[in-house]
Amino acid sequence: MEGSSGDMRTSEQREKMNKVRATTTRKRSKEELEVKQDQIFNFNNKPAEEEEDEDLSDSEDSVYSGLEDSGSDSEDDEDEEEQSDDDDDDDDDDDVKAGSEQTQQTEEREKKGGVKEEENNEEEYKHDSSDEEDIRNTVGNIPMEWYRDFPHIGYNLDGKKIYKPIRNKDELDDFLDKMENPDYWRTVHDKQTGSDIVLSDEQVELVNRLQRGQFGDVNFNEYEPSVEFFSKDVMLHPVTNRPADKRSFIPSLIEKEKVSKLVHAIKMGWIKPRRVEDNSRGHYYNLWASEDSSILAKHRMHLPAPKIPLPGHQESYNPPPEYLFTDEERALWEQQDPSDRKLPFVPMKFSSLRQVPAFPRFIHERFERCLDLYLCPRQRKMRVNVNPEDLIPKLPKPKDLQPFPTTQSLVYRGHSGLVRSISVSPSGQWLASGSDDGSVRFWEVSSSRCMKTVQVGGAVKNVAWNPNPSVCLLAVALDSVVLILSPSLADRQVVLSSEQLLSGQQEAEPTDEAGPVIWSVAEGEELNQGIRLRIQHPKAVHQVSWHAKGDYLASMMPDHSSHLQVFIHQVSRRRSQNPFRRNKGLVQCVSFHPIRPYFFVATQRSVRIYNLVKQEMTKKLQANSKWISSMAIHPGGDHVICGSYDCRLSWFDLDLSTKPYKMLRHHKKAVRGVAYHRVYPLFASASDDGSVIVCHGTVYNDLLQNPLIVPVKVLRGHVTTHDLGVLDVTFHPTQPWIFSSGADATIRLFT
Amino acid sequence: MGGLQKKKFERGSATNYITRNKARKKLQLSLPDFRRLCILKGIYPHEPKHKKKVNKGSTAPRTFYLLKDIRFLLHEPIVGKFRDYKVFVRKLKKAYGKTEWSAVERLKENKPTYKLDHIIKERYPTFIDALRDIDDSLCMCFLFSTFARTGKCHVQTIQLCRRLTVEWMNYVITARALRKVFISIKGIYYQAEVMGQLITWLVPYQFSHDHPTDVDYRVMATFTELYTTLLGFINFRLYHSLNLLYPPKLDSKSESELKEENEEDYALNSECYLEKLSALSASLARVVSTAEEEEEAEPDQFPIEGEDLEKMEEKEKKQKEQEAQKKLFEGLKFYLNREVPRESLAFVIRCFGGEVSWDKSVCIGSTYEVTDETITHQIVDRPNINKQYINRYYIQPQWVYDCINAKILLPVEDYFLGVTLPPHLSPFVEEKDGDYMPPEKVKIMALQRGEKPVHEQEDDDEEEGEDDDEGEDEEEEDDNEDEEDDDAESEEKNLKKMEEQRSQGKSLQVKVTPGKMKVQNPARLEQEEKAEEKRLAIMMMKKKEKYLYDKIMFGKKRKIREANKLAAKRKAYDDAEKAKKKKARK
Repeated sequence: MEGSSGDMRTSEQREKMNKVRATTTRKRSKEELEVKQDQIFNFNNKPAEEEEDEDLSDSEDSVYSGLEDSGSDSEDDEDEEEQSDDDDDDDDDDDVKAGSEQTQQTEEREKKGGVKEEENNEEEYKHDSSDEEDIRNTVGNIPMEWYRDFPHIGYNLDGKKIYKPIRNKDELDDFLDKMENPDYWRTVHDKQTGSDIVLSDEQVELVNRLQRGQFGDVNFNEYEPSVEFFSKDVMLHPVTNRPADKRSFIPSLIEKEKVSKLVHAIKMGWIKPRRVEDNSRGHYYNLWASEDSSILAKHRMHLPAPKIPLPGHQESYNPPPEYLFTDEERALWEQQDPSDRKLPFVPMKFSSLRQVPAFPRFIHERFERCLDLYLCPRQRKMRVNVNPEDLIPKLPKPKDLQPFPTTQSLVYRGHSGLVRSISVSPSGQWLASGSDDGSVRFWEVSSSRCMKTVQVGGAVKNVAWNPNPSVCLLAVALDSVVLILSPSLADRQVVLSSEQLLSGQQEAEPTDEAGPVIWSVAEGEELNQGIRLRIQHPKAVHQVSWHAKGDYLASMMPDHSSHLQVFIHQVSRRRSQNPFRRNKGLVQCVSFHPIRPYFFVATQRSVRIYNLVKQEMTKKLQANSKWISSMAIHPGGDHVICGSYDCRLSWFDLDLSTKPYKMLRHHKKAVRGVAYHRVYPLFASASDDGSVIVCHGTVYNDLLQNPLIVPVKVLRGHVTTHDLGVLDVTFHPTQPWIFSSGADATIRLFT
Repeated sequence: MGGLQKKKFERGSATNYITRNKARKKLQLSLPDFRRLCILKGIYPHEPKHKKKVNKGSTAPRTFYLLKDIRFLLHEPIVGKFRDYKVFVRKLKKAYGKTEWSAVERLKENKPTYKLDHIIKERYPTFIDALRDIDDSLCMCFLFSTFARTGKCHVQTIQLCRRLTVEWMNYVITARALRKVFISIKGIYYQAEVMGQLITWLVPYQFSHDHPTDVDYRVMATFTELYTTLLGFINFRLYHSLNLLYPPKLDSKSESELKEENEEDYALNSECYLEKLSALSASLARVVSTAEEEEEAEPDQFPIEGEDLEKMEEKEKKQKEQEAQKKLFEGLKFYLNREVPRESLAFVIRCFGGEVSWDKSVCIGSTYEVTDETITHQIVDRPNINKQYINRYYIQPQWVYDCINAKILLPVEDYFLGVTLPPHLSPFVEEKDGDYMPPEKVKIMALQRGEKPVHEQEDDDEEEGEDDDEGEDEEEEDDNEDEEDDDAESEEKNLKKMEEQRSQGKSLQVKVTPGKMKVQNPARLEQEEKAEEKRLAIMMMKKKEKYLYDKIMFGKKRKIREANKLAAKRKAYDDAEKAKKKKARK
């Protein structure tokens, strides 16, 4: 009963403390401390032995143990005392502190052993369930900060305030305490009472055990042997003595319902009975036992997939050495896109079969084949299996179509610039040529001798011999002037008649001065050279062309924006007129119809044919080419050929259509000149690729028969200079000869 | 005037085609199902002639199916099975979700399956049709049979493929139908003639596969499903055509021979039989056992005249040749060392009537030991061998394949151990005139004709000698040099001849420039004239024809160029070799 008496004392003391806070003597407190410490441990041991306490008669054990504990702990307490003694010397405040310490300890003890204290104090609270409650401080389980600003910390059972310890320790004190107090680690702060408690060894041990997850009680055996009620041995007596249920004797209604449901489902076909193990996979029979022909009629157009091409020598594991890649071929193969490669693999050579590895793309290739089979669109392609010889048209042999020029027989040298234009006299004896070196030369055809050179003082664009055999005149176009030359290379009669023709006009001359064209008579040096007339044009003249009668002369000045592109001059009356009032496009070349009063004007894309008598356009030929370069009219007058800069030659049959009857793409480069032979069924085209192609073009009188066009000869001889080859071509009027002038400053005759 | 207004794309080719998506919607199938159906039924897209018309004026790239094809698919019973399967999967998922294991069990037992028999019959109305289309199925089955039994496809499929391929090989052996073999870097090509149809298939080398990730194995599996069915029915029919039992049974005699005491160690009983079959060493049991020496019905001779007679004779000659080829290895006994590809060689040798065996530990079914004195050829693929028997040839495996392709027994000297092998040529290439022909092929052709085997033999010997010279003493040097000169001459002649042949082919392309006439050669003049005529005629060709003509000529030129290139390469190689040899001798 020491504990109870101690408690009594405690309560007494508490009261005292409450009353006289600061004035408690040190000695007293010391005494109390001793006692109280004892008690704490007494109570602390209790909870573990609670059951036993209940069962066993008295708490002698506990008392005893408590005593023992106290013995051990007292030393610590004494240490504390010593400490406090030291403190005491320092200050009065320390006294107070010590006192507060005391109180704290006391209160803590009360908290710990609160329940037991109660039990011990009053027997009627023995079975009180409020053992968790802290009855020293009745504020309950609240955050203690709420009392921070009050002097008290709660209320005791009597409703009196419990005052806080006078002054809390500051940081410095705390630190000093930590450094100096050996029990600091086992000191715990109680918030409820605001006091520090030093834990005993047992308490520390208890905490450690709980932390380790062990039972708090040292004596508790966790691994007690279990009693086996049910064992493998058959017992004589049943475990339970319960009689069997009735439901174990009668059929189950629920089960019956379930079965009937299943039966119904089976009957209705909702549940199928378990299928017999189907082993049909891999079971084969004679599928094609009856090959009836009715099925043979295929319902669709089936295109069987092509088979995989068979491997060649290069796929061998040991191919002939020529099939292996060289380094360059290999590099090329690696660079190429997989779809561009000729071979999908690199040929390799292995010296023996055992060294051949697995092909890494084998599965890929099979897979790609699968994809081809079901994803690749199929189309039936007719494979052309033609003999290329059959494609070549059967033409009459050139031998049968003779005569035509075949060999180069004469070269006329003398010009120093490219020879733009040539023209043969109607008699066929003389050849006139105009060149970029500013001269017009007259050659004797048969000897290639240069008879005469006329310096005209400008690059000659075009020369044209008067087609009338009774006069001997030459029209020369250069810059913006057209010169009429009388070369006097004929009989005296002819020369005279031509002079007469030129001089006869003089009366008519002054009549039209106002026009854009100025006629003037050459004088002095020019006259000596043979120049008779100068026809001054407003713009640069590119081409001149005589009418078959030899009196009219057409000159052409290409210009996009003006209607002044073509002039027709009458030499005998020295009169000029502009036949067109409107600009129909850039004029490329002009020509008179050889027999009838028609006038041909070739613009960039088309050829217009005007009737000079009615003064209207009769036809417009579509050339189907980008840019017409030259034009020639068949002596019969019903056919026209047009050369164009896009390498084509189009043959128009005027009776047939306004579209070309035939397009000939013989040349590799732009066609510069075309010409018809006056007598023989021949025509020729000259091109920048340095060749002249002579074709046979028979025109039949029968309207139902189309012209026969056969190329008969390719004539080469001119050297291309500055990307220009042959610039002009013309036939001899009577012989099957052809003249060509080129950019290499020569004129060549092919016979 | 008047009448109904015609609407665009309501008649003509626009109504004959259907796009893939529309087809899918019409069939009410998901894309994978549609694909599977197309694979099984052999439906493929068609490329219309006028795509824009079919595409209703649009030029967007689309795949088109024939509308008739799709209509034809509408009534396919398998479509119903696909739907059943979809329902089954849904139910199974539901049962799993509800963890109703009994339901799962029940559903799994009732998993819907389908058969492809009717599809095979429909796609290939006659047996010959089926045979014609068997190439791909053989390739695929041989590939699948080499797969490891890991996850890429069902084990049953692999087993089935193996079984079918073994059956096929056994048939080819029994029918002696093999014609050509080619060892390529991809695998081994075989060509057999079955019922007049040439069937080619490719077998990969026996290595484990490095399975690529960018290959859809489901597509392959669907194809395999179809192919196994097809191959099974074909095998059945072929076996019956030879009076063999199907599924194949081993001959009772050979079966007893093959009986071994340690059989159980080798394989499970269930697998043992297939293994024995796949050993390819035993003949198969026939339905009527007496049919061994069956007389083939001789075709009656009809009186024939003129060209037909020639044709007939040619045919007969060919047939005779074939008969001879079938008995190429008859009477020869082969022994396979363990490093050679056993299955391929056993298959090939047995196809031509040879006997073959191997070490007991390599595979089941070996019939005799190495020590057998009657062995004529031992096939070895290692640089040297320790213990050699005198009365047999030790040759490299290429000899077997080359003999088959040449249809005669080639001299074994070129194929001895450690000898540099002659190139292995593809038997599938048939050179036309103008094509490049490797000199080895020329040699073999000469051997085949039996023209000058002696000379060739000498040639070979010389080469052999030259090869060996490097190792041997240099006693015969003088003789050899003379011979070598001869050799060089003959080779040059050969080359010239080849060149000439080529130039003849090229004669169309001779370019003659005008103005370079040589009067003394009238023949040449005439030729030139002709060439010019032709050139002029070509100028007059129509644009369309000209294009075609240019294309043909371009192709021809390219071919000649390639042939020339090969010849030049070969010549450079030969020169280099000769120089090397000379250097080695000095």
